[in-house]
Amino acid sequence: MKLTGARIFLECLKREGVDVLFGLPGGAVLPIYDALYDFAGLRHILVRQEAAAGHAAEGYARTTGKVGVCLVTSGPAATNLVTALQDAYMDSIPIVAFTGQVPTHMIGNDAFQEADNVGITRPCTKHNFLVKDGKDLGSTIKEAFYLAATGRPGPVHVDLPKDVLVKEWPFEYPDKIHLRSYNPTYDGHPGQIKKAARAILKAKRPVLYVGGGIISSDASEEVRRLAEMTQTPVTTTLMGLGAFPSDHPLSLEMLGMHGTYYANMAVHDSDCLIAVGARFDDRVTGKVEMFAPNAEIIHIDIDPSSISKNIQVHIPIVGDCRRVLARLIKEVEAETQQGVPSLAREARKQWHDQIARWKAEFPLRYDWDDEVIKPQYVIQEISNLTRGEALIVTGVGQHQMWAAQYYRFKHPRAWCTSGGLGTMGYGLPTAMGVQAAHPDKLVVNIDGDGSFQMNSQELATVYESRLPVKTVIINNGCHGMVRQWQEIIYKERYCSIDLSSGPDFVKLAEAYGCVGIRATKPSEVVPALEKAFSTPGPIVVDMVVDREENVFPMVPAGGANKDMILERPGKEAKAKAAKSQTGF
Amino acid sequence: MLNNSEPQKHTIAVLVENRFGVLSRVAGLFSARGYNIESLSVGETLDPTVSRMTLVVRGDAFVIEQVIKQLHKLIDVIKVTDLTEENHVEREMILVKVNAEPTSRAEILRIADIFRAKVVDVTPATYTLEATGDESKVTAIVELLRPFGIQELVRTGKVAIARGAKARLRRAEEKLGKVREPVPESRDAARDIGFED
Repeated sequence: MKLTGARIFLECLKREGVDVLFGLPGGAVLPIYDALYDFAGLRHILVRQEAAAGHAAEGYARTTGKVGVCLVTSGPAATNLVTALQDAYMDSIPIVAFTGQVPTHMIGNDAFQEADNVGITRPCTKHNFLVKDGKDLGSTIKEAFYLAATGRPGPVHVDLPKDVLVKEWPFEYPDKIHLRSYNPTYDGHPGQIKKAARAILKAKRPVLYVGGGIISSDASEEVRRLAEMTQTPVTTTLMGLGAFPSDHPLSLEMLGMHGTYYANMAVHDSDCLIAVGARFDDRVTGKVEMFAPNAEIIHIDIDPSSISKNIQVHIPIVGDCRRVLARLIKEVEAETQQGVPSLAREARKQWHDQIARWKAEFPLRYDWDDEVIKPQYVIQEISNLTRGEALIVTGVGQHQMWAAQYYRFKHPRAWCTSGGLGTMGYGLPTAMGVQAAHPDKLVVNIDGDGSFQMNSQELATVYESRLPVKTVIINNGCHGMVRQWQEIIYKERYCSIDLSSGPDFVKLAEAYGCVGIRATKPSEVVPALEKAFSTPGPIVVDMVVDREENVFPMVPAGGANKDMILERPGKEAKAKAAKSQTGF
Repeated sequence: MLNNSEPQKHTIAVLVENRFGVLSRVAGLFSARGYNIESLSVGETLDPTVSRMTLVVRGDAFVIEQVIKQLHKLIDVIKVTDLTEENHVEREMILVKVNAEPTSRAEILRIADIFRAKVVDVTPATYTLEATGDESKVTAIVELLRPFGIQELVRTGKVAIARGAKARLRRAEEKLGKVREPVPESRDAARDIGFED
């Protein structure tokens, strides 16, 4: 059977089970859009800027567990997409991104809208391809999906020259592929797992530190079982939120730079740290020499290069988190057949008492104000009104950290945030990808005024494509996180942070056909949210909040986690924070 | 936290898919991660779909471990072996164009003879020599020729191969904590045509 390259492309997507494609047409991919004109069974969502297509694919992928797909044209479209690719790469999100390319005979000629797409995306994808021969199109697309979804997931980019799309080629879609150079390890080493089980059981102060890998491998149930069986408290990274319920008695919530006091103290005092699907990011560890200094560290990760990259690991286990944890649970069961020694039981009890004291001493807190809306309060009310059941997306900045701290997470795959790259503008486009995948669920985009403005053009997309995303802008009239650093670390020398000139977000929403709501007093917060969640269609809520509010606790970059700042510091503490600054 | 041993030179052999862009993937990895690469040579193996690279990298044990893991992570990389830890042979070839005045021609030829170098081109004023050897030998001949005036010098970069026959690449993998699944078919096929060792 001979088909045009464009048609082959669509047939391949269909065979991969793709139901939504986020894209934006242009010269080099016009053959695909022409084929799409009468192709059934594939929803195309027209974004307004190419990075949004990539982020939408990320949101789709994170909340469904399937591969997200986007399609944009050559040159500037491909370069716009780069941010989303790097974002997906750092957070291990499986997407396949297709870009158009000038015809093969013109590649390298500085043709119109030409860029070295594969050259540009090479360092920010798990792998990439340039399809030079249409005969390889089917197998390349198959490989792209396979690579994106397996092993440590990540973005894969496929560059499609226009002539390959126009010409007719024999079409055969391989059922299976095998890459001799790519064999991810899924089952952990049994000996290492046994060693880990023993280490956990003999530990007096164990902590489970779980990350985005738990979400990717759907291992939340296993984490919960292991934690409950061994009475081990659990802290999650930013990417791991939802992997373990926030309200569980064993939950320490998030750790790291803006993590809870009790999570950071528990990790610091721990004698056995079980890291699963997490990568010891600098925002988690703070000063590495001072991170869990007395702990025997067990690290379970599918990517061997994550192990002992930042922190020396004592018991490394390379494998899929779910499979390794399942096996680890069996080993723990086998080891405890004769019951848990009373000594260990007593030690764990003391450990839990200690954690309870930390929790009582320094819970997450903020000062209430009758006149000014506190941003934390908005998040708490979003959490209350949605009962932790909404799909939450955030931008990047203070609001992101407050959302991470104050939203009560119940389920995995219900939280999308740009963790590794910290991409401002991630919120709205990602939320529309989430909503496209879950048309009947409540999707809330908690955004900042600075972050939102980086992709606010996508309000046109959510309106046109009937994606009823509820955006709540935590509007403090400035780049709040930058303001906070300038206040605490740069001696209140505020520079280039002011956003108070607008726009008027209510009018902006209305200009795009969406509904805008504003709240300026604490008493207006709940009614505004109730109205937003009950009104059909896309909504923007402009929550005018306290400009001066800071995210606490806070570990200044390069500082030790145990020296975290718990509240607005005095002069002396600020000087100390400034000193601990290591230059990033 | 990560103990830093003394930086050392490592010779790493990498088998890669012989595909468009693979050299830039490897080179890009080194620049992106800030590793120092001293030399890189690449060529086809007996199997035309596979190329072999020999990399010389300087770094402490921790850096080298990361280099090997990161190389492994590249999809087109089939195998990575740190030859430094094994009994291996390494060679480099140079071509050197040296001033050859009538008074010094005999002396240069004597040096060439001692190092088993060949004269591959002669002009009234120069000799071009081809010499092969390990790093110290190549360096030595360059130093001996320097006083005559070297006009041009080109080095191939190091190539290296392990002595003995088998099991060496597997060991390298075990070190990475990477436990192989049952050997897939194509891997056997690869072994038959002999690019493994």
